[in-house]
Amino acid sequence: MDSALAARLTDICGTDSVVTDPQELRTYECDGLTAHRCSPGLVVLPRTAGQVAAVVGECAARQVPFVARGSGTGLSGGALPRSDGVLIVTSKMRSIVAVDAASRRAIVEPGATNLSVSKAAEKFGLFYAPDPSSQVICSVGGNVAENSGGAHCLKHGFTVHHVTGLQIVTPQGELTWLGDGTGSSPGYDLVGAFTGSEGTLGIVTKVVVKLTPLPEAVTTLLAAFATMGAGGAAVSSIIGSGILPGAIEMMDALAIEAAEAAVNCQYPAGAGAVLIVELDGPAGDVSRDEAAVRKICTGAGAYEIRAAQDAAERAAIWTGRKSAFAAVGRISPAYIVQDGVVPRTALPQVLDRISELSAATGIRVANVFHAGDGNLHPLVLFDDTADGEQEAAEQVSGAILDLCIEHGGSITGEHGVGVDKSRYMPRMFGADDLDTMQLVRCAFDPAGLCNPGKVFPTPRLCGEVPGVRRAPHPLVASRQLEQF
Amino acid sequence: MAASVPPELAAACARVRLADEHDSVSGQPARYVAEPASTAEAAAALRAAAALDLTVLPRGTGGRVDWGRPPASCDLILSTTRLDKVIEHAAGDLVVTVQAGVTLGALQERLATDGQRLALDPPGAGTAGGLIATNAAGPLRFRYGAPRDLLIGITIVRADGTVAKAGGKVVKNVAGYDLGKLFAGSYGTLGLITEATFRLHPLPAATAWVTAETGDPTAAAVLALSAARSPYAPAAVELDWPASTGPLTVSVLLEGDEPSVAERADLLAAWLKSEVAGIAAGPFSVVRPRLGNRARPTAPTQIRVAFWTGRLAEVLGTIGALAARHRLDPAVSGAAAAGVLELSLPADAPAESVAELVAELRAEVAAGDGEMPTGSVVVLTAPAEVRAAADMWGPVPSPGLMRAVKDQFDPGHRMAPGRFAGGI
Repeated sequence: MDSALAARLTDICGTDSVVTDPQELRTYECDGLTAHRCSPGLVVLPRTAGQVAAVVGECAARQVPFVARGSGTGLSGGALPRSDGVLIVTSKMRSIVAVDAASRRAIVEPGATNLSVSKAAEKFGLFYAPDPSSQVICSVGGNVAENSGGAHCLKHGFTVHHVTGLQIVTPQGELTWLGDGTGSSPGYDLVGAFTGSEGTLGIVTKVVVKLTPLPEAVTTLLAAFATMGAGGAAVSSIIGSGILPGAIEMMDALAIEAAEAAVNCQYPAGAGAVLIVELDGPAGDVSRDEAAVRKICTGAGAYEIRAAQDAAERAAIWTGRKSAFAAVGRISPAYIVQDGVVPRTALPQVLDRISELSAATGIRVANVFHAGDGNLHPLVLFDDTADGEQEAAEQVSGAILDLCIEHGGSITGEHGVGVDKSRYMPRMFGADDLDTMQLVRCAFDPAGLCNPGKVFPTPRLCGEVPGVRRAPHPLVASRQLEQF
Repeated sequence: MAASVPPELAAACARVRLADEHDSVSGQPARYVAEPASTAEAAAALRAAAALDLTVLPRGTGGRVDWGRPPASCDLILSTTRLDKVIEHAAGDLVVTVQAGVTLGALQERLATDGQRLALDPPGAGTAGGLIATNAAGPLRFRYGAPRDLLIGITIVRADGTVAKAGGKVVKNVAGYDLGKLFAGSYGTLGLITEATFRLHPLPAATAWVTAETGDPTAAAVLALSAARSPYAPAAVELDWPASTGPLTVSVLLEGDEPSVAERADLLAAWLKSEVAGIAAGPFSVVRPRLGNRARPTAPTQIRVAFWTGRLAEVLGTIGALAARHRLDPAVSGAAAAGVLELSLPADAPAESVAELVAELRAEVAAGDGEMPTGSVVVLTAPAEVRAAADMWGPVPSPGLMRAVKDQFDPGHRMAPGRFAGGI
């Protein structure tokens, strides 16, 4: 990297906030998706929005690409650095700037962890609803970039439903606000367009989030079924009955086996599928819904149902589910975490097709998923020391995405496209769709310096826009009216 | 006015006619009206419009076509009236895909047969496309948000006729940029919406409104914000203040199964009573209306005020004081606990006074705290004199980025030019 740039960034952020040592740079070479690695040219850890703006301004002036990174927990390589670029890490910007309880809003810095927002809001009887599994460590800025969901988005929505204002640094290095925190800001919904853009439209420096009243009651049920089919039938009946649980999660036998090996979660023995149903809301509703869910599960063949009434029991039920991704390491030397979505009603067929794929290729697939919203997380297991097995696993993993598309679903429900899935984008979207999406990119980042190479398989050249303008309004022309 | 439809346009779309006086928009006459019946036909019409360098204004039922500033020019009205099909209702997935010209009323009727609804209840009628384009919402916005929050997939036609889709048919989906968000509330300035996919919700079996009356705006604010903070999961928290010298009513909507609604109505009424203990408020009542929203009649002048909800009492006080100073008597109502109020004024309200009210209210409510804007005051619709006198949109955050987006999608500035915020 250009040493003059390193010196300039040191002037801006201080010597303790610029990393140039190759060994140290390597610690930033990947995010949560370790299959893609690249040591960044430089790392900066700014403390203020002004410093982020100055750093980006320097990069823009020198045509140096830059990538933002929060806690580095992303699962699609969205924060994969560039060897010829600057990695801007927001981990020193983690304060909760303000909690406005009466407005049910908080203003937080991008490096603040997701959970720290709920903790700050708790004393006001409020919480921050989006809760990705990594919420203890993942950053709110990263959540905005990825439009993160989590187990509870079935009822409470995604990050985009809970963000009402963003202070960003544009790819030109200017500090500006998108939205005004109300959720009803006039003009284009740039908050909505920016959220989920995977760091390609700018860098978030402050986030205004909505806070939600803590539910009066929460009950978590664990139901064990002999087969996935029976568990799936219970899911359909619950949703069909009009009950909207906070979360409905399902794990198959292989995922349960892995979780037992890793965290000894002690789920009912012999289960072919377990269902976790969490109900939250007014106490009376939760208790009536609990009775209804128990009845539905029993009717669908559940042979054991457990209920957690307090936080400790709830944590015990969730332990198995939340550890599932990592736990698979106990039963397989290597694995791919897939993220795809199908319409909920297509779940049974798609799960059958995944089993067939698995049987035909000999590649084992453990299924963990957000059943309520059809978001599958198949874990494709393989032995990376066996010849050709990784390629076979990647093929199975890709075939699962094809199944999702074939059934009218999506190639990603929450992990994002990043570098990992950009090649799958043309399977879901046509050339005109992708070209049109990139118009937004061209509006924000015509030079293509902000997290380049992510999301889109082929970048669009942002040509000069013809400067054709309409004649002014007659009242403006005659100076009777000033047009803003 | 042209004597005949240009042959390029007639060839592109099976139904094109010359515009008549009923087709003018905010006093701006139109030249042609095209009514495509498919996305492909709409794309052909937009390609022809591009070749002919025509300005274009999308129109649904026309109920909100005069919202925003008058367009600088309006050669071609693209009517979505014939795009009126429900394409797919996947009841088991609680998802529906419609053509943009489907009216909300027709859609709700269809969905209700399966015990479902699109959780939007804006005042007045309108088409799916029109609701998205104006991001219009009613009381249910408190729980369910605006069209942008329920829209999960969209098909649009760009000014040059390019057809593009984004999102999809599943609720949970983060593949690609969310163009639906960008088109929600874009007032037709980025392109034509031809199809949309929405997330649905079950129709509640029972509903109840818990209402309380007070003569004190501060007490009304306490009631509304207490309801919003309560654990009883309200679907709407509405405030009505029909005359600024009269009482205010706070109405809280509860929805759900019969036992749930009955139980929560009692609990909420008790909660609210204790929250306003010592403040003059009451009587409290529980009203059990039939299903349906409380659509208000639309007034000639409608002004939307958006603010951080914690400032509700202050905003009500400001509205009262400014109304008195300018001798205006706006009816105030809206989703108070979602930070949105609407001021309605009659046709004979003096234009200069309305313009001054708007400017002063904006200075109080929307002034930033030096860093971030904190709200907005927008004139949604008004008679010509008010439009001429008032700054309808006021300032918007990041106008430069908004213009850059417009320049990319509509480089010739032919889509509803001048109608939108920031001079777009």
